[in-house]
Amino acid sequence: MDWIFLGELTINGALTGLLYSLVAIGLVLIYKSSAVPNLAQGALTMMGAYVVLAFSHNLGWSLWISIPLAVVIMFFVGMGIERVALRRLAGRPIVMILMMTMGLDIFLRGTTLAIWGGTSRSMNLGVSYNPFFVGDMLLSRIHMVGAAVAIALFIGFMVFFRTRMGIRLRAISDDYLASWSVGISVERGVGLSWGLASIVAVATGVIWGEVQGVDQSLSILLLKGLTVAVLGGLDSIFGAIVAGIILGVLESVGSFYLDPIVGGGSRDLIVAGVLILTVMIRPHGLFGRHDIERI
Amino acid sequence: MFYRLSGVHHSSYKSDRKMFPVPADRNLVVFLLILGIAAPFLVPSLYLNSYMLPWLIWTAAVLGLNLVTGWAGQLHLGYAAVMAVGAYSAVHAAKFGIPWEFALLIGGLASSVIGSLFAFTALRVKGLYLALTTLAMQFVMDWVLTHSPAISGGSHASLQSPTFALLGQKITSDAGLYYVALGWCVLVTIFMLNLKRTGLGRALVAVREKDFAAAILGVNSFYYKVVAFAASSFIAGVTGAILVATFYFLAAPEQFAVNVSIQVLAMVIIGGLGSIIGSYLGAALILLVPGIVNKIFSGGADVIGLNLGIETLAHIPNAAYGALIVIFLMVEPLGLGKLYANVRDYLMVWPFDQLKK
Repeated sequence: MDWIFLGELTINGALTGLLYSLVAIGLVLIYKSSAVPNLAQGALTMMGAYVVLAFSHNLGWSLWISIPLAVVIMFFVGMGIERVALRRLAGRPIVMILMMTMGLDIFLRGTTLAIWGGTSRSMNLGVSYNPFFVGDMLLSRIHMVGAAVAIALFIGFMVFFRTRMGIRLRAISDDYLASWSVGISVERGVGLSWGLASIVAVATGVIWGEVQGVDQSLSILLLKGLTVAVLGGLDSIFGAIVAGIILGVLESVGSFYLDPIVGGGSRDLIVAGVLILTVMIRPHGLFGRHDIERI
Repeated sequence: MFYRLSGVHHSSYKSDRKMFPVPADRNLVVFLLILGIAAPFLVPSLYLNSYMLPWLIWTAAVLGLNLVTGWAGQLHLGYAAVMAVGAYSAVHAAKFGIPWEFALLIGGLASSVIGSLFAFTALRVKGLYLALTTLAMQFVMDWVLTHSPAISGGSHASLQSPTFALLGQKITSDAGLYYVALGWCVLVTIFMLNLKRTGLGRALVAVREKDFAAAILGVNSFYYKVVAFAASSFIAGVTGAILVATFYFLAAPEQFAVNVSIQVLAMVIIGGLGSIIGSYLGAALILLVPGIVNKIFSGGADVIGLNLGIETLAHIPNAAYGALIVIFLMVEPLGLGKLYANVRDYLMVWPFDQLKK
C-alpha cells in the first residue's frame, strides 16, 4: 500500500470536494431562505464564468476589473430571476417550483451559449499549472486556490449572518410567517439570497473555469453540488463545506479502487450512490434541520 | 352552441359514473379519433412520420408520467431511465426471436419491476427528496447503460431494432407504423380516462392530496404509491419499446438520458398535472416550439440581414424551450389543460354566463 499516493488522493480529493462546496453553498443559500431547490445553480455558474470572460476576453479588460463587474451584474441577475420567476410561484406545489428552476436552467444555458458560443475557452487566471509539492505529494495549485476561496466564502457568510441583514435572513429561514409578522421584508430577504447565490456562482464559475475550461460542462457541476448540499443538509452552509470534503475524498479514493473493476467512469456512480444513500438513510443530511410534518 | 346544455346535472348514480357526462365531449373525442385514423390519407407521409408519430408516442409517455405525478402526486425525474429499461428489454427479446407482441410485454414488465424500485424510495421520502433520488437513479441507469456493452450493444453503444411485426405481419410502411403508435396511444388514453372512474384512481388522488390523511381513511398509501409507479413504469416501458421499434429504429443510451426525463416532465407540467387533453397538447407544444422558433429566428435574421452564427442558431431552440417552460409556469401554472377547461367551462353555459357552472 502506497501511503503517500493515498494521501495525495485524499488531499486532492478534499480540495476538489471544497470546489464542489462552492456550488453547494449557492444552493444552500437559496434553499435556506425560501425552500426552493435551485436546479439552475449550474447554469448560473456557467453564466457567471461567461460574463467574466465577456469583459476580460472580448473587451480585453483586466481580470480584476472583470470579476467585480461580473459579480455586480450577476447579483442583479439573481435578484431579477427571483423577482420575475420565482416569487409568483410561492406556495405552489414543489413540482412546479422544481420545473421552474429546471426551465431556468435550460433557458440560461441556451441563452448563454447562443450569445457567446459553446467552444471551450480558458479563464487565464494566472495560477501556475505546476504542481505544488508537499513532501512527495503533488497538489494542484488551482484547486488549493479554489479551496481557499470556498473557505473564505464560508467565513464571509458566517460573519454576514451575524450582521443585521444576516440576522434577518436567518429569521426568514427559521420561520417566514413569524418574520413577516414582525415586519421583516421576506421578499427582499429571499431576493437578496438569490443575489448572494449568484455571486457565489461567479466565484464558482471563475475557479471551475480555470480548472476545466469555460464551456457547457460547467452546468453539469449541478449534480455534484446538489449531492454535497443534500449530504451536508440543505440548509447548512457548514454542512456544505464538510460534505464537500467527504464527497471529494470518497470520489477520489473510491474511483481509484473502483475504476479498474467497473472499467472507468465510476465517479458519477459514486456521486449518485451517495445521493441515494443520503436520502434513504438521513434525508435531512448531516447538519440539516429535521422538520417534522404536521397533518 | 356546441354543448347544448347549461352545466352538468346528474339525477342518477349511473349518469354520474359516465365516462363523458357531456355528449359534446364524447362527440369531440370520436371526431378526433376519426381524424387520427384518417391521418395517413390526409397528411403527407413526411409529416405523418416526423411529427404525428413521435407526438402520439410521447403523448403515451406523458400520460404514463401523469399517472404517477399528476394522479398519485409522486415526483419522478427518472422516467426516461424506466423507458430505457423497457426499450432495451424489448429489443433484446425481439432480437432473441420472441414475437414483438410478447417482447413489448416483456419490456413493460421489466420496466415495471425496475420502476417499482423507484417506489421504494417513495416509502421513505417525498417531495423534493423523492425528486432528487429519482434523478440520481436516472444517472445510475445512464451509467449502467453506457458502461455495459452487453446491454447497449457494443462499442458504438447502439442497438439495431429488428423489424417491427404484429401477428406475424412485418410492419414497415409509414401508415402501418403510425397506426401502431396511434393504437398504443389510444389504449393508454382509454386506461387513463377510466382511471378516474375507478376506486384505484380515487385512492391515488387521495394519496396525492395528503398521504397521511389517506392512510387515516384506510387507504394504504404505500401500496398505492407502488401501484402507481408500477403501472406508470409499465406504460413507460412499452412506450419506450414502441418508440425504438417504430421511430428511432436504433436504441442508444442518449435517447433516454436525463434531459429526456426533464422533457417528459416539462410536457406534463405544460400540459397540466392530471389532465389528459393537456398531455396531448403539452407533448405537441414541447415537440414543435423549438423547431418553429428556430425557423422564425433564421428566417428573421435573413429578412433584416443579420448574420447569426451557426452556434447561435444551434442554441436558440434550447433557449426557447427553456423560456417556454418558464413563461408557462409564470402565466398559467396549471397548464394547457386548464386553458382548455376555461374555454370549455365558458362555452358550457354560454350564452347564460350569469348562471355559473
